[in-house]
Amino acid sequence: MPAFEYAPAPESRDLANLKPSYRPFIDGEFTDGSGEPLKTVNPATEEVLAEVGTAGAADIDAAVRAARKAFEKTWGPMPGSERAKYLFRIARLIQERSRELAVLETLDNGKPIKESRDSDLPLVAAHFFYHAGWADKLDYAGFGPDPKPLGVAGQIIPWNFPLLMLAWKIAPALATGNTVVLKPAETTPLTALVFAEICQQAGLPPGVVNILPGAGDVGARLVEHPGIDKIAFTGSTEVGKLIQRQVAGTAKRLTLELGGKAANVVFDDAPLDQAVEGIVNGVFFNQGHVCCAGSRLLAQESVVEELLDKLRYRVSTLRLGDPLDKNTDIGAINSAGQLTKIRELADSGEAEGAQRWTSPCPVPDRGFFFAPTVFSDVHQSMRIAREEIFGPVLSVLTFRTPDEAVAKANNTPYGLSAGIWTEKGSRILWMAGRLRAGVVWANTFNRFDPAAPFGGYQESGFGREGGRTGLEGYLDV
Amino acid sequence: MSAPTLPAALADATRDDASLRRFLHGLPGVDQVGAEARATALATRSIKKASKLWAIDTAISMVDLTTLEGADTRGKVRALTAKARRPDPDRPDTPRVAAVCVYPDLVATAVEGLKGTDIGIASVATAFPSGRSSRQVKLADVALAVESGATEVDMVIDRGAFLEGRYGEVFEEIQTVRQAAGPAHLKVILETGELVTYDNVRRASWLALLAGGDFIKTSTGKVSPAATLPVTHVMLQAVRDWFTATGELRGVKPAGGIRTTKDAIKYLVAVHEVAGEQWLTPELFRFGASSLLGDLLLQRRTQQDGHYSGPDYVAVD
Amino acid sequence: MSERITVAKTYKLFIGGAFPRSESGRVYPVADSKGTFLANAAHASRKDVRDAVVAARKAFGGWSGTTAYNRGQVLYRVAEMLEGRRDQFAAEVGAAEGLVTRKAESVVDAAVDRWVWYAGWTDKVASVLGAANPVAGPYFSFTVPEPTGVVGILAPQKSSLLGLVSVLAPALAAGCTTVVVSSADRPLPAITLSEVLATSDLPGGVANILTGRAAELGPWLASHGDVNALDPTGAAPETRAELAREAAGTVKRVLAVPVGEPDWTRRPDIARLRRYLEAKTVWHPMGV
Repeated sequence: MPAFEYAPAPESRDLANLKPSYRPFIDGEFTDGSGEPLKTVNPATEEVLAEVGTAGAADIDAAVRAARKAFEKTWGPMPGSERAKYLFRIARLIQERSRELAVLETLDNGKPIKESRDSDLPLVAAHFFYHAGWADKLDYAGFGPDPKPLGVAGQIIPWNFPLLMLAWKIAPALATGNTVVLKPAETTPLTALVFAEICQQAGLPPGVVNILPGAGDVGARLVEHPGIDKIAFTGSTEVGKLIQRQVAGTAKRLTLELGGKAANVVFDDAPLDQAVEGIVNGVFFNQGHVCCAGSRLLAQESVVEELLDKLRYRVSTLRLGDPLDKNTDIGAINSAGQLTKIRELADSGEAEGAQRWTSPCPVPDRGFFFAPTVFSDVHQSMRIAREEIFGPVLSVLTFRTPDEAVAKANNTPYGLSAGIWTEKGSRILWMAGRLRAGVVWANTFNRFDPAAPFGGYQESGFGREGGRTGLEGYLDV
Repeated sequence: MSAPTLPAALADATRDDASLRRFLHGLPGVDQVGAEARATALATRSIKKASKLWAIDTAISMVDLTTLEGADTRGKVRALTAKARRPDPDRPDTPRVAAVCVYPDLVATAVEGLKGTDIGIASVATAFPSGRSSRQVKLADVALAVESGATEVDMVIDRGAFLEGRYGEVFEEIQTVRQAAGPAHLKVILETGELVTYDNVRRASWLALLAGGDFIKTSTGKVSPAATLPVTHVMLQAVRDWFTATGELRGVKPAGGIRTTKDAIKYLVAVHEVAGEQWLTPELFRFGASSLLGDLLLQRRTQQDGHYSGPDYVAVD
Repeated sequence: MSERITVAKTYKLFIGGAFPRSESGRVYPVADSKGTFLANAAHASRKDVRDAVVAARKAFGGWSGTTAYNRGQVLYRVAEMLEGRRDQFAAEVGAAEGLVTRKAESVVDAAVDRWVWYAGWTDKVASVLGAANPVAGPYFSFTVPEPTGVVGILAPQKSSLLGLVSVLAPALAAGCTTVVVSSADRPLPAITLSEVLATSDLPGGVANILTGRAAELGPWLASHGDVNALDPTGAAPETRAELAREAAGTVKRVLAVPVGEPDWTRRPDIARLRRYLEAKTVWHPMGV
């Protein structure tokens, strides 16, 4: 039997222009942070990539002050058409430096270069492009003839899509006339700091964008800072609730984008091969580190066996390994901590009686990796059906009728996203009307666009990002 | 391959026209956007160095070197067979092609030119390329090919009948040609460019497999679009599903529009990841092509020599 | 040392992404505001209009079928190229309209900014003009704006760049393809704009620009069976009623325009975008 082995095809690491150290970006300059520097690690190899200065209390104060000054003196008074042109410049610079940013993202985050290059970076540029065009058209956005910005926004983003989450936050904030202080995740600060360089190259006035690397304490300080008018947080539901409590009773505005446990519903008349692709994409894209991951497969009972056979075959062709290799489909888990969580939950699945199947793909012996895993015979009462795993683990449940599918899909305090697979258009629309989820994908999954609002119901958060609706979060309306 | 005994469920489907229609229309649909997205994603696989050389050699061994022109002469076919025997005269380690493919009245010339080799001699038949003629004429076409020594027959299905929904007729015609082809192996050309939708391609693939085709083939190469990656994906999925249902291995041949090594490698990746490793052999996968071979030979030299080559270094047909 | 002789530019039409001369072989002299000869411009004929409409129709499927995002990027690229030729345009506009350099430069800046404004509309217009319709029944109904097709535009006679950009950019942003008749006496910036369009990834045929007389060519555009909408801005006010009557023969969408040339420096509204878009309403039942 011939074996088609793909030779290693690594993207060049040098493209990332990795520096030995990075520093916080405050008021248009890179400055030493007064916090304890952190070391950011490549999760695929466990090697240290760089040392990163973090923000201490004084730096946070300075950043908020700089943002306030920029809001009052330069950015706030600036006409929308001029703000637009800065954002267009940033979009173009991102496009130009896309390859560099993609490689750096892969090194820092662990996601496959194929994804950072083909999914993340194009979306990052698109978000800036899209929002640039709103800056001078806010009177058409449906919020009145002259909607005003909120002021200074404190933004805290997660490690799963570092640069993309930055784009989702900064683009609308700036387009609507706000200035920002952004804290990237502790384990993935690098692309945010190269973004700061891009802001310099674009000639963005000092203080409009400030980037403060650090850990949870920096985020907490930002949340309680009196100089902040608006907090935007993407991360775990647990921390989201803490922030909401902290901000309660103050004048600060808040939007939250939290966790999920999305149901991917496959009916017996689904286009089966594309449904398999959608399931795979839904839960194994980005190693499952996706808030809207289709982590629960709800398969119609009459078709579940055939579906699972095809699914297992398909999953076993997924290539796990060096994220820098262009042929890698599944990269590294972002940290040792996350890997432990995934393992613990997967073990609970076995302990609670589900059937475990793991891809026989080879797993590298260093770095943080977890082979794609499918649990079948899962029931709503199991932890792997209720808790967000945030890893490449799929839980498969069954249903008999559309009503039952809806009931099971909605049986969760989360409500971020859902998937529907059927050839019948009316069923898609009927289901979409009943699923309690902020994003419903039909015959596709994990589709994102700056023009399409994204956000959740209930404990998946509130507020939307993207589209006309998404502007609301940064306007005083 | 003799007429297979089908599992009960599949045999039932071929009982009559109505059963065949219910079966074919009951197959899962193919979502166009999803299918094309998967084909595009797989096409980004990066195949380098040793794996590239392996892929090039494999692709060469899968080529059905083709000439199907009204202007074909015996001289042209003789030149083709010479190229088939010795694709790159300066590199004797070059694999030989799988077969040549010609019109039925030139099969005898091809046989002569390939004497002493075990390179296949494929002939088109059944009023290729349009398939628009009487059953009698189509079978006479097959007889000419087989009697002249063809070892493989590439037939076309009646697309008119298919699009009218007369599946039973299409099925029966394939079966009849299968018998008339005798020991020659049968490829069934679906002409996917005229079937247009992926749903139709899936149905036609199953129809051809049920009727006993050894290979399902995308196109005549005379209609655009000819072979495409998504269409080939759908057909590879069909032979994989057929294997799961029956345990039998059937082949796939994309033909027309595959001109570069880069394209060919994308097809091999599709074979590998959609159907499976087992299909990576000329027994189960072929390229219907003419100019592709030239580019494969150039890229082969580039891989071996370490610098880019040029068309003057490779023999013209 | 003798003075260096410059290489003078030849000004031709812009049709299908190429720069042909008029099929009629005609040209006419163009002078600056003081009467000094600048160049001969191609004098477009009805057959050039005919060819331009063919090119525009051919390009429509591709241009309207590409994503709004892609159209926005292409139009932004046009702005980049426009900005890059700021000095050249300032000189041409200054000469055509009799403006001092600083004033001409501010006109060019306004033209670039106008173009950027429209580039940012491509992927917003559906959110602003479209809707999900709350119909009284188990149906999902939505309305999307779609580009109407080929738009015939008679560009303003006086404002040779800013006015031209203000009538052309909205049609392109809406996803339509265009046949534009430039200002008769001030046509040169239109052809330099064509050069910008030709180097901006705009597919050939999406914008076609003919230099010539609105009085001669307007009726051919207005009556053309393969033109979907008409902007009569550059037509003499007394001819507009007749043009509208001709357009009625094919039920064209005719833009309502003020009698005199408006102040092009003022921020436009989206009337032009709306005129070049059709609302398509789709229904689908919702049920298991």
